[in-house]
Amino acid sequence: MATNTSLTTAEMSSKNTPASAGRQILKQTQFELLLTSRRGENILVTLIIPIMLLIFFASLKVIPAPKGGSAATELLPGILAIAIIAAGMVNLGIATAYERHYGVLKRLGSSPLSRSGLISAKIISILALEIVQVVLLIIVAIAFYGWRPVGSLPIALLALLLGTVTFSALGLAMAGGLRAEMTLAGANALFLVFILLGGGILPLDHLPAPIAALAQLLPAAALTQALQQTMIADQPFPTYPLLLLALWAIIILFVAIRTFKWE
Amino acid sequence: MSAHTQTTTQMAQALQKGSPTIVVGNFSKNYGAHRVVDHLSFSVQPGEVFALLGPNGAGKTTTVETLEGYRAPDEGSIRVLGLDPIRQAQQLKPRIGVMLQQDGLYPALTAREVLRLFAGYYAHPQSVDALLERVGLTAASKTRCRRLSGGQKRRLALAVALIGNPELVFLDEPTAGMDPQARQTTWEIIRELKRSGVTILLTTHLMDEAERLSDQVAIIDHGQLIALDTPENLTGAKNANIVRFVAPEGLDCQQLAALPGVKKAEEVRAGSYVLESDTIPTLLVDLTTWLRDRNVTLSELRVGHGSLEDLFLRLTGSEVRD
Repeated sequence: MATNTSLTTAEMSSKNTPASAGRQILKQTQFELLLTSRRGENILVTLIIPIMLLIFFASLKVIPAPKGGSAATELLPGILAIAIIAAGMVNLGIATAYERHYGVLKRLGSSPLSRSGLISAKIISILALEIVQVVLLIIVAIAFYGWRPVGSLPIALLALLLGTVTFSALGLAMAGGLRAEMTLAGANALFLVFILLGGGILPLDHLPAPIAALAQLLPAAALTQALQQTMIADQPFPTYPLLLLALWAIIILFVAIRTFKWE
Repeated sequence: MSAHTQTTTQMAQALQKGSPTIVVGNFSKNYGAHRVVDHLSFSVQPGEVFALLGPNGAGKTTTVETLEGYRAPDEGSIRVLGLDPIRQAQQLKPRIGVMLQQDGLYPALTAREVLRLFAGYYAHPQSVDALLERVGLTAASKTRCRRLSGGQKRRLALAVALIGNPELVFLDEPTAGMDPQARQTTWEIIRELKRSGVTILLTTHLMDEAERLSDQVAIIDHGQLIALDTPENLTGAKNANIVRFVAPEGLDCQQLAALPGVKKAEEVRAGSYVLESDTIPTLLVDLTTWLRDRNVTLSELRVGHGSLEDLFLRLTGSEVRD
């Protein structure tokens, strides 16, 4: 391939046309995924921890399995919620915070890739990561604990989607408003809070009443309950959790848009 | 030297040559109550290397980043390639190459991967491998950016700025943190770009960088334009009438000024003297005699024009702060 170092200005104006938006997003997505795969700590948080939690608690049988059902039936919705929180809040939040810290976001700001292009690529790569998470968790649940799908797939997908919006926006709000170190600490601390107060592993009615009441209002419990009421048989339609989750999604998205700084 | 007159001259030249690549008219910018750029006006012609020279905090980066579309001017107008950098950003961005002060590289990607990513934003990018070779990073192409040295990161940031065949390149302190050899390579690349017709706006606080590379130098301090001309005119290179020498400090400048033909004698820094005369050959004889009579040893003697450094000192009364 020849170098282009001796182009005239006239030749150049045709040489510096941007790639189409679609190709730019495709390229960016490819590298977002490459970067995700290179962050070892993120693989731990997004893939290994949810799978270990599922195996640990399903094998321990601390949570009573429903008659004739498997332990995974009760556990899987909460573990899926934890996986979504890890992918959006912890993984996306911390990665974006450091991209801001290193001036990557600022540099991209004067490249042909638009902000909406960058955000699209990040959304696609988060969805791809979530598909890997969900598929792996379901394979483990089926293979080791005889889990069988019940309930409504569309509603489960709706809950997952709302959860993705909520927790990805929460990660971006932290990344855009806080220093990178604060986002790192904050996202990990909040992740622990959401594991403990999400109601997915430890049922909320085991907690002291005031804490349980507070936990009920948090987005983690809303996502967990929306999935539990969809993926466990004989449960009422999850109207309240879905509405609460949607409300959180709107609030956090609004905050993220208002506070996000690219530099 | 009046900045206003210079600007008017430039505007007149611009009208003759056709549309300038960059036009900055009465641009001001405040951060809170602090005015960082104060009614700055200049224009850059196609194919020109234009240097913004000034100490840190003079307003160079604010000016460049406004031209790149990162911030809006509080006052005045900005046109880059005939476009508004904010409202017409999508048309402008593919045509410019940007090297910020912070390199902005993904730490977890290798040098080669960073270039491949940015190449993907353009329909006809330069060859990644050829560009890596051009900036001297072939051997480091598989090194993650977090392990590159400061100078290597700077060169990669330069390569990123060039990957899309820009017509106009912004280089904010391009050689900061580079060793002398890397600095030479970078200067050679800038000269090559100029030869191929690319317009370049660079900021620097290095006098020799501005002097060697640029067609026009704008000296700014405290956000104001204090001089704008070619390096030759700024330093008076055409009429070599300056003798600079380095000797022990504290020589009697009044006696030096009294030497035949000397118009001015000054100790500009401790032990660094500048004499101005129209009869340089005579002055050299007289000066060396004067020094011998006082048993003073010279450690350096240069005949020629004043440097930009002298000019800067004269214009601002302070040295360029590093």
